[in-house]
Amino acid sequence: MSILTFRNVSLTYPARTGKGGAAEKRVLDGINLQVASDELVAIIGRSGSGKTSLLNLAAGFLKPTEGAITVDGTPVTGPGADRAVVFQDDALYPWLDARDNIAFPLKLKGVALAERRAKAEVLLARVGLADAGDRHIWELSGGMRQRVGIARALAAEPRFLLLDEPLGALDALTRTRMQDFLLRIKAESGAGAVLITHSIEEALLLGTRVVVLSPNPGRLTAEVEAGFNAEILNGASVADVKASPIFKRMHAGLTGLIHAGEEELAA
Amino acid sequence: MTLLSELDALAGETTDETPARAARPLPIAVISTLTVGVIIGLWALASAYALVSPVFLPSPRQVVIALYNLVVTGFVDATLAEHVGASLYRIFGALIASILIGIPAGLAIGTSRVGRGILDPIVEFLRPLPPLAYLPLVIIWVGIGEASKITVIALSMLPSIILSTSAGVRAVSKDHINAARSLGASKAQVLREVVLPSAVPSILTGIRIALGAGWTTLVAAELVAATSGIGFMIQSAAQFLVTDIVIAGIIVIALIAIVLEYVARLIERRLVPWASHR
Repeated sequence: MSILTFRNVSLTYPARTGKGGAAEKRVLDGINLQVASDELVAIIGRSGSGKTSLLNLAAGFLKPTEGAITVDGTPVTGPGADRAVVFQDDALYPWLDARDNIAFPLKLKGVALAERRAKAEVLLARVGLADAGDRHIWELSGGMRQRVGIARALAAEPRFLLLDEPLGALDALTRTRMQDFLLRIKAESGAGAVLITHSIEEALLLGTRVVVLSPNPGRLTAEVEAGFNAEILNGASVADVKASPIFKRMHAGLTGLIHAGEEELAA
Repeated sequence: MTLLSELDALAGETTDETPARAARPLPIAVISTLTVGVIIGLWALASAYALVSPVFLPSPRQVVIALYNLVVTGFVDATLAEHVGASLYRIFGALIASILIGIPAGLAIGTSRVGRGILDPIVEFLRPLPPLAYLPLVIIWVGIGEASKITVIALSMLPSIILSTSAGVRAVSKDHINAARSLGASKAQVLREVVLPSAVPSILTGIRIALGAGWTTLVAAELVAATSGIGFMIQSAAQFLVTDIVIAGIIVIALIAIVLEYVARLIERRLVPWASHR
């Protein structure tokens, strides 16, 4: 069991002087959060609440101004394969076919060509793309590309998956199917996950916990145990879950929480 | 063209008399071929009626014969193939040299502030200079042999290769780089596995432009200082007023340039089919 910990993490962008200068901006303030490897923590919040900054900190793309991020007690000092990121715009490499994209992390580790391709085949099958290994990236649909992106992240055998709105660019039908897929593949992999999303529904469906981030500066203002993902993993249909009264009540509650800040600003 | 045919189709619908098919416009390729035919025809007429002295403008027939003789017997101690071979040897030698220097230099400019600071003024100094301006200096430095020509051609090719490489490097998607880093790539691996492949389309475009610039410089350099090559052949022929060989040489230069451009485009399409899908 691995644990990803944010301890008192703050992030401040320094003031920029000169042309196009900006005042110092506190993006995240006093974030405390723990994610265990049997969890999928969904982070929701309005635009500008610092969701993506939070994920970039976990990934090691950004360094916290204060506080520390650790994986099993070891401080995060930069990006690493123990925290693989899945991007909204898939970030697949167009000069590689689907198979070699998935094999990419293995190539970085120095795994021999035949072995890494064999492993990529296994992953292709796991994400339901057994026949698509030779396909160019641009020949794949948005949903297929995200499956490749997730398979590539899994090839790195990460302890945590950092999901930056991976389903944000998909059409509604594909998105529903991918939500179910994402839950199962995450459960199989044994990796913990942090999911950034602006969809309250998606956060509730997929998250073991839902964390609300409120803006200016970004603070964690609420945390909800969801648990619908267990129902879905046990075979309940996404549609049934969404229709249940308790789901609707939680959805309404979270919507209220997120928009409360907006009204304050307006008042 | 499609607009024209659509208009024709519309006209056909409204009048009901002329079938739309009758007014099918000429393809551009046909118009171009006709243009070339007319120019050659006018040229033939001008020389047939002796409107221009054959010393200034030999007939197309004479040029074709000159071309044939060039292939079979040659001119100034070498056949056409040998002259072309000498020229191609120089241009490809220069291309290899400028790729070996230009791509690392472009990477340095695109990835490092220090590299950019050092190399930018050099490239910006070299880029607008006509190669013939520094040819005499290069001859003083490295002599009149092959080295001077290859050096001058390589210098004329360098800026476009360096600039296209650095532009390609700077255009690399941030997500592509971050993805590699989060999948465990070291700095060197990011450069080799992400930055370089992603800059290849831009580098190939730079090479194509460089080939064009190099070819121009090559012919000019051979006009000034050479004992073989297609430019030298033209220069020698001009000194003896063998105008048919001059014109034949010019045609060969143009044809080779077209073939080089075509082959470069072909390589681009084969090597980076993904470039148009980003």
